[in-house]
This record gives sequence, structure tokens and C-alpha cells, in this order.
Amino acid sequence: MTHLTIAPVLLPLLAGALLLLTRRLLPLGVRRGLNLAAVTGQVVLAVMLLMAVGSGDVLTYNLGNWPAPYGIVLVADRLAAWMLLITALLGFFVLLYAVRGTDRGSRHFHPIYQLQLFGLNGAFLTGDLFNLFVFFEILLLASYGLLVHGGGAKRIRAGLHFVVINLAGSTLFLFAAGTLYGVLGTLNMADLAVKVAQTSPENLGVVRTAGLLLFAVFGLKAALIPLHLWLPGAYSTTSAPVAALFAIMTKVGAYCLLRVGTLIFGAEAGPLTDLYAEWLLPLGLMTLLLGAFGALSANELRRQIAYLVVVSVGLLLTAFGLASAAGIAAGLYYMVNTTFATAAFFLLADLIARRRGAMLDRLSPGPAIHRAGLLGGLFFIAALLVVGLPPLSGFVGKFLVLSAAFEDRSWPWVMAAVLTSGLLGMIALGRSGSLLFFNTTAGVERDPPGERMALMPVFGLLALCVGLLAASGPMLGFCTATAEQLLHPQGYISAVLGPTSGGTNP
Amino acid sequence: MEALMSLIVGVLSACGVYLLLRARTFPVVLGLTLMTYAVNLFLFASGRLTIGAPPIIREDATQYTDPLPQALVLTAIVISFAMTAFVIMLALKARAELGNDHVDGRADREESA
Repeated sequence: MTHLTIAPVLLPLLAGALLLLTRRLLPLGVRRGLNLAAVTGQVVLAVMLLMAVGSGDVLTYNLGNWPAPYGIVLVADRLAAWMLLITALLGFFVLLYAVRGTDRGSRHFHPIYQLQLFGLNGAFLTGDLFNLFVFFEILLLASYGLLVHGGGAKRIRAGLHFVVINLAGSTLFLFAAGTLYGVLGTLNMADLAVKVAQTSPENLGVVRTAGLLLFAVFGLKAALIPLHLWLPGAYSTTSAPVAALFAIMTKVGAYCLLRVGTLIFGAEAGPLTDLYAEWLLPLGLMTLLLGAFGALSANELRRQIAYLVVVSVGLLLTAFGLASAAGIAAGLYYMVNTTFATAAFFLLADLIARRRGAMLDRLSPGPAIHRAGLLGGLFFIAALLVVGLPPLSGFVGKFLVLSAAFEDRSWPWVMAAVLTSGLLGMIALGRSGSLLFFNTTAGVERDPPGERMALMPVFGLLALCVGLLAASGPMLGFCTATAEQLLHPQGYISAVLGPTSGGTNP
Repeated sequence: MEALMSLIVGVLSACGVYLLLRARTFPVVLGLTLMTYAVNLFLFASGRLTIGAPPIIREDATQYTDPLPQALVLTAIVISFAMTAFVIMLALKARAELGNDHVDGRADREESA
């Protein structure tokens, strides 16, 4: 039992507490440095954890040394470490952008930022359904704070909607967890997987209900149709770094759908096998299409990107819904690309908006943009990545999803929906790009001072996508290994419950 | 007792959902509160209802009640308490920023006319 497993949870918690306590003692510059150092530490920890689990080991950590399924357990497998690394890298670049002034809006930006990462890391590592709820609440409470950071009527209104719908979702989560506990007598996910497989026929209906209630909760977090309506409002009104960081928030829902769908309702679950996959595929395809229509109809750049987040969730969950190793691997590869690309796009939209005077990011003719060549070039690259056109990694991800879909009965549907949404997304971004950069009216707005450094995080995030493209072979190999591990959860279960016990529970 | 418990959970949830769908922030917050009461009772009942049995080991006890749901309920109460406090503050802030307590921030037609 190595302590490395719990370190990604402890570090942001301690850093957050430290930043909260030193608010009056240290100047802002030092606290920025501390926060950046803490996030860098999380990148290092995530890389170490990834190397430790890369060979296929599943690391477990029993808190207080209480054996599972009685105690609380943290589990790190390939998927969890992969998600941790994505989160930490995203957190680093977004923070690099935020320290350029966004963090002045309220006094507690830095502690809340660390607590957000604490909740995210915990949600990826926990092996217990109730603790997943607790970490959800932590990350949501932090996200409420970040979302309304900076204030303003529009932001508060979107924040209120976001908070209320997520509180309703949390209540639903507790109902589902309570039902599962009432029937199966456990909340440990590995133990649940064993118990679900042995469910007696008269309890099948109840377990199915609880499972689908959980599906609704995770679908709400992931912004799956028809539970996506909160996303465009929340993402388009909040500050740019927060919107960029929230690129990982929908992925938490997708992660939970994948984890619970493969572990608890996976191949071993008897009559409940593929409980999630059969819902994921059609809903994912509808999400793809409706998100693309939303992107077409948006009249602000940031709202358009928010709808493109919905599109990416649709493609991601379609890939997971294929429930094959190739499909899940394609989804995991695509997830990296879409997380970094949409985050870079949100930051870029903010840079563009600041150069357009009062027009901000509204999609109508406005003043010409200073250094339009550079910003336009970045816009072009980000658009290629988000829509998934060659030659960048977005295309590779999309191609992998499509080629995985060929093995599935539903391939004509997948093909039609993915290609149509790609076309719609291309039209939408093409229109925005030409409006913003070519259809200009008045004279050039001056560059805001000190803006050159603000481009660095955007470059960084886009460089990560290029790196993903360059290392596609090894990355895809890792994603395939991860998918195989997910589809054969016996390793996970025996690592948590111990090889001898086999999940027997008096 | 089971019937009474399920009736209470059902009535609380129904009232909670009804209030949650109202257009003013105050009923919405009340609705969320009622929903959390309902779910707390539900979680408590998920460990089966036993009367007068201790949850932890005692020498003279012949029968135990399941301690885990009680721990879960405690956690859920703490979280829902914090969330309610937060949503009340946010609702007050929205009332101040938007000038009314409509969830979409728009005044009724007769008020604006």
C-alpha cells in the first residue's frame, strides 16, 4: 500500500488550506507562486502515479487501514491516473492564465481553485460510491464559487441555475445510493460489482432503477441530452479561465459513466450487462446533433464554444457507448484532445473579446483586431482541433471513433450523426472566424498592455494537443490498454477486495 | 412504521419537487430543503427500520441496527446544510443584482408595465 495513491488528494487540500490561511499574511504574488507550485506538484504526482500503474497494476489505499469493503478505499488504475494527469495539466495552464488578473475579482480565488482540483482528483480516485458523492459535492461547491467569481448580474443568474440544478442532481444521487445500499448492502464499487452480478431476480428491477438514476445524475454532470441545458448559460457567462477549467467538469460525468458502466454494470453483471451502453449510444448521438445546432444558432463566440463542448461530450459518450475496447480507447484519446482544445478556445475567445472594445465576443461586425494574424491563426488551429479536421489530433480522435463504430451494428447512425455534426460545427466556426477577423468596420483597437504573455497558456494547451498528435502511437497503445483493463474488471475487483475474499460479505 | 416512513418520504419529495419548479427563488430554496429532508429519511430507512437497537457493539445487546446509513445521513445532513446556506446567499445576491427574485431575473409583466 503506497501513499502515492492518496497524495493527489492530499496535496490540493493542504495547498488550499494553506492559501486560505495565508490570505492576509502573504502578498498576492507569493500566493500565486504557491498555487502554481501546488499545481505543478500535482502534475508530477500524476505522472508518477501513471508510471506506477502503467504496467496494469491497480493501486489501492485503505484509509485508516480498514479493509474494503468496510473501510473507505482509494483506487488508482490506468483510467484514474490518466484523468488525474489531464486535470493537473489543464489546471496548470488555466492557472497560468488566471494569475494575469482574473484572480483579483474575489479574495478566495486561489483556495477555491485548489479545492476544485481536490474534488476532481478525489472523484477520479475514489472506489466508493458514497465518497464519489462527497467528492462531487466538494468539486461542485468549489465550482459554484469559481462560477460566480467576479460577480455581475448575468453571472449570478447563470450561477443560480447551475447551483439549483446540481443540488437537485445531488439529491437524486443520494436516492440512487440509498436504493443500492438498501438492496445490495454495500457502497464499495468493487463490492457492488460482485453483488450486482449475484442479484436475485426479484431485486433486479430495483437495482436497474437505481443504476439508471445514477445514469441520470452522471448524465447531468456530463451535459448529456436532455440534461445539457445548464451548460451553455453557465460556461458562456463565467470568466474565461473558469470556463476553461470547466472543460474537465463534463469529463467527470463521462468518467463516472464509463467507470460505473464498465465496473458495476459491465460484462459480468448478468442481466444488467450494458445497462449504460444501450442508453449512451442513442443519447450521445442526439447530443452531438443538438449541440451542433446550438453552435450554429449561437450569437456569441463563447456560447458557441460552450455548445461545441456539448458536441464533444456527445462524441465522447458515443465512443463509450460502443462498449468495445476500440471504442473506449478512441474516446479516451479524444477526451484529451477535446479537453485541452476547448480550454484553449475559451481562453482565446477571451483574448479576442478584449480586443474588440464594446463588441466583446458578440458575433457581429466590430472593430478590427490588433495582431489579427496571430490570433486568427490560433483561432484556426483551435477550430481544427475542436471540429476534428485533419491534420491535427481532433481528426485522429474522430477517425478512431468512426473506425471503432464500424464494428458495431449501429454504424450508419454513428457515421451520419458524427459527420453531420462535424459539418455543422465547421460551418458555425467558419462563420464566426470570418465575422471576427474579416468583416470588420472601424479602426483597430489598441492592444491592452501586457497581453503578450497572456498568449502563453493558449500556446501551451495547443502544444499539448500537437504533442498528443506526435505521440499518437504510444498514447493510443495506452488508451487501448486502459480500455482492456476497464472491460476486464476482475483485476480491479480483486485488487480492492483482496484476492482471497472474493467479495464475500456476511 | 414502514408505511408511515414511506408516506413521509413521498410527501416531502412531492412537495419538494413542486416547490423546486416554482419561479421564485424562495420557494425553490424551500423545495431543495424539503428534498434533502426526504432523501435523508430515505437514506436512514435504507438500513432497515429497527426500534431500540444500538448501532455499535454492546455486551448486552441481542439485536443491532445498521450503523452505516446513520453515518451516511450525518454526512448528507452536513453537506445539505452547507449547500442550503450557500444557495440562500446566492439567492440574496441574485435578488440584489437583478432587482427581483424571479429565477430568470426578469420581473413579471405587470410589474414592468
